Amino acid sequence: MNQSSDFEAPIIEIENMIEKLKSISDDKRDEVAGQIAELEERLARQRGEIYANLTPWQTVQVARHKNRPVLSDYIAMIYTDFVELHGDRRIADDRAIMGGFARIGKHDIMLIGHNKGKTVEENIERNFGQARPDGYRKALRLMKLAEKYGLPVVTFIDTSGAFPGLDAEERGQAEAIARNLTEMARLEVPIICVVTGEGGSGGALGIGVGDVILMLSNSVYSVISPEGCASILWRDGAYASQAAEALKLTANSLAEMGVVDEIIPEAGGAAHHNPKQTAAEVKKAVVKHLKRLKGWSPSRLTHRRFEKYSKMGFFTK
Amino acid sequence: MPWFIKPKERKRPEREDIWNRCPTCKAHVFKEDWHNNLNVCPRCNYHGKLTAYERIGLTLDSGTFREINETITPSDPLDFVDGKGRYRDKVEQTRAKTGLNESVVTGTGKIDGRPVVVAVMDFRFLGGSLGSGTGEKILLAANHAYDRRMPYIVFSASGGARMHEGILSLMQMAKTCAGVARLDERKVPYISVLTDPTTGGVSASYAMVGDVNIAEPGALIGFAGRRVIENTIKQKLPDNFQTAEYLLEHGFIDCIVDRKKMKITLGRILSFYNR
Repeated sequence: MNQSSDFEAPIIEIENMIEKLKSISDDKRDEVAGQIAELEERLARQRGEIYANLTPWQTVQVARHKNRPVLSDYIAMIYTDFVELHGDRRIADDRAIMGGFARIGKHDIMLIGHNKGKTVEENIERNFGQARPDGYRKALRLMKLAEKYGLPVVTFIDTSGAFPGLDAEERGQAEAIARNLTEMARLEVPIICVVTGEGGSGGALGIGVGDVILMLSNSVYSVISPEGCASILWRDGAYASQAAEALKLTANSLAEMGVVDEIIPEAGGAAHHNPKQTAAEVKKAVVKHLKRLKGWSPSRLTHRRFEKYSKMGFFTK
Repeated sequence: MPWFIKPKERKRPEREDIWNRCPTCKAHVFKEDWHNNLNVCPRCNYHGKLTAYERIGLTLDSGTFREINETITPSDPLDFVDGKGRYRDKVEQTRAKTGLNESVVTGTGKIDGRPVVVAVMDFRFLGGSLGSGTGEKILLAANHAYDRRMPYIVFSASGGARMHEGILSLMQMAKTCAGVARLDERKVPYISVLTDPTTGGVSASYAMVGDVNIAEPGALIGFAGRRVIENTIKQKLPDNFQTAEYLLEHGFIDCIVDRKKMKITLGRILSFYNR
């Protein structure tokens, strides 16, 4: 059964009606065909309306949706010849971040992404996509390897945050993220970042510095979770919806602030309704920017990247 | 009125005025002694906070400091309102109270006659949080060091990113790191001094990537908050967790230096840079 949130109830209702009609025996199929077509039309309209008018807090629910495509889905749908590479060569192989050689269209790349799972077992193995320092160091190792081989780096961002644990602090979570920020700023190959789900603060940014930042239309990217922000600034986590509003964490807001370069539309209103078409849109956008950045010299890339980040932020002089 | 209500404790303001209570060992220390000892507890060596200008006075050769970009101050790009009010009002109050325009003071000066660029954070300004203005000043100071090939020293004191500026605050982590990364290219020294506290987004950006990372004794340094970690792993954390001493033990800082010896230590380190 679908995992859903309240605002999706009308969609589920129509979906269930269609399913019921479709299960009617063959001899009556002609009679209900018209009804099905009509319902499907209504469904598309309803979806369009609902997802075009989400509040920021509802968008957070969509970004965290249990059926939302995760990295392994995208690998299956848009990449070929994926060769997974494991380990940070220091202490461990953090399953919360996955990476390796891959092809997208005609382009050879290094793919790195947060690795959320879909089942309980997968999520336990992958720590719900919450990486430890080992994960960020693995990512950095793969980026340096990409630099050596002249491969563009494509990162897929989808994490609620870096793992807040004793071992993570012990092994230098702060240093691991900081190191990635410094190294990504000057990596001599193109970096394309795609926020596909949750962009959770430093844990997201740790693989999120690049030449172009793309974002799926229902994904979110924030300095802190709405719940965390609410518990600090409202002294009550129940104000998460207000905090989500105040934080301006949706793709549209981020594009307005110049943090995100391009928004990728989600097919069917939300990625979990039409993963295939959504993945195709992601592929189209990534390939477009791979083409654009192809042949850029290392100095042009790093110079432009420095300029890009130098301009981030608003203040009064 | 019931007879058992406790009478209000008599206030003794004169006592509060001259005494300072050490937050760590709870010792009562004469304010004057506390101040003369550079806000360090004479009994337990707890290093209290310093204002940015106090720190500059202790670190740079007297009379050498020239401030740069001092007018940069927060705007309110998100039009942020929380349970307690508007961000822009909070900024105005903080500016009036502290006389500061941002959570960091930047400029040039000398240590033992050697020219340096410094950025010194001030915890009084919104908890030393990393806002757009903070990031801009830290970047511009790094660029100043880059252009003139002068060593760059950053003193951090920060609770982390500034939520009121949302994602723009997060982006300052990338921006400042891009700035200090460029110093390597010209082989310009970058020294990071981590003071109490250096946590969250500041620890996970420029503060942790110095050529040399120095911490003050007992400073709280870490990425995630103690409570968040305890709630996540349901496990008690060691007493010295996320202290300077803990980070030294785990290999993330080079040395712990007493405030009284900070200037002499920085001078000695800089003396090895002979380019």
